[in-house]
Amino acid sequence: MGQILPFTKQVLKNLFSEPATTQYPFVQREYPERTRGHVDINKDQCILCGMCMRSCPPGAIKVDRAAKTWTINRFDCIQCGYCTEKCPKKCLSITPGYQEPGPEKFNYSVEVPYEPPKPAAKPAAATAPAGGTKPEA
Amino acid sequence: MGNRSIVPYGPQHPVLPEPIHLDLVLEDEKVLAAIPSIGFIHRGLESLTGKKDFNEMVYVAERICGICSFMHGMSYCMALEDIMNVEVPRRADYLRTIWAEMSRLHSHLLWLGLLADGFGFESLFMHSWRLREKILDMFEASTGGRVIFSVNTIGGVLKDMPNDMLKDFVRQLDDMEKEIRETTSIFLDDYTVKSRLVDVGIITGEDAIRRGAVGPMMRASGINVDMRKNGYAAYNDIDFEVITSNKCDSYARCEVRIGELFQSIDIIRQCVAKIPDTEINTKVTGMPNGESFIRVEQPRGEAFYHVRANGTKFLDRFRVRTPTFANIPALTQTLQGCQYGDVPLLVLTIDPCISCTER
Repeated sequence: MGQILPFTKQVLKNLFSEPATTQYPFVQREYPERTRGHVDINKDQCILCGMCMRSCPPGAIKVDRAAKTWTINRFDCIQCGYCTEKCPKKCLSITPGYQEPGPEKFNYSVEVPYEPPKPAAKPAAATAPAGGTKPEA
Repeated sequence: MGNRSIVPYGPQHPVLPEPIHLDLVLEDEKVLAAIPSIGFIHRGLESLTGKKDFNEMVYVAERICGICSFMHGMSYCMALEDIMNVEVPRRADYLRTIWAEMSRLHSHLLWLGLLADGFGFESLFMHSWRLREKILDMFEASTGGRVIFSVNTIGGVLKDMPNDMLKDFVRQLDDMEKEIRETTSIFLDDYTVKSRLVDVGIITGEDAIRRGAVGPMMRASGINVDMRKNGYAAYNDIDFEVITSNKCDSYARCEVRIGELFQSIDIIRQCVAKIPDTEINTKVTGMPNGESFIRVEQPRGEAFYHVRANGTKFLDRFRVRTPTFANIPALTQTLQGCQYGDVPLLVLTIDPCISCTER
């Protein structure tokens, strides 16, 4: 009390300072590098073990060994990062960039070029498959 | 004897971000009694323990609340670490303390904004939330999430904050402290704000104890109770005084929370000065078997965790009592005898988090 127009200082400060908000569609926000936006896969390293599928809390990831696909429903994904913790090959990572909204939930699928090692009975005679992809045990 | 009527308040009400229903028994404009009913957004947390294993439950526990999400994750992890006899590395304890105090900062700033909005002071609401935004940016830079951080794990934390980042945060908080002081001085000194808060919703210390209030609600009635003094995480290394006020009214609750803002900044500063360079998590193997009770001080008050495990990957029991649930009886006490126009304000002064309450 006893102050005359106590808000004057704030009003003047607001008048001559930059807005606290950004003009979003014209000025894109820069995300810090740790931002958990979406799960990315390095498909060359994936061994289709399915650990991510079994650990995913909302069940957003599907790994199909027969069809050799790694599928994620990004609308179900909660970006918790548990799959990246569990992945034995560390081929999953969480990178910036959020899933954009859409009219329906769709799956994002990746073909994994993994060749499972042949269950060769004699290890001495086993030879590496001559395919273009590198086999990983 | 005036006219008696019962006015339903909520579950949808402009001042309530989340649904709670109160039946207000009015005599003219005076509230005689308030009868709360909850359960509109019950999510069946405990039944999830049968579907998600104890590691996945960390992420479920975090989602109990959007504001104190970090502390829910932390208390759940602390409970399981207690059951599994895991020694958490000291650096993880410090990191948890820093994130917990940052959560308190952002929660209290959010509450100040909501309070300002509740009594119709729009620009003050905007300023409080502008300050809060900087804390959220710090969270995003350090954990990757703005609201849900997912950095807790059983045995420590998943992400480290490099010392440079910590120093940068402290520098930012130093700058923010001045701005917070400027904004909060309006809450404490402005007569328009005071006219809405002073002597409104009085609850005495005895009443607060009898009704089992927790957190700032209790401390604003002059009762010195703060779970942080029990020394979980790194709080036993930190020097801080519990902030209390003897005024017992809404103004006191505002005052206590504002005091805690500066206290949190101070705790973060102390943590950054003392943080040791150790590992950030220990490897945990095996299944939990046993029972644990954990009490932590969340921004809204004491949260209580009870976890019982039976040696399998699914937990036996998982009960959470959140601070808002404990504060609802105290709320009904403050509502008795108040003016109808003060009801929204009084509901806000307990800092309601209904999603927390109903789990």
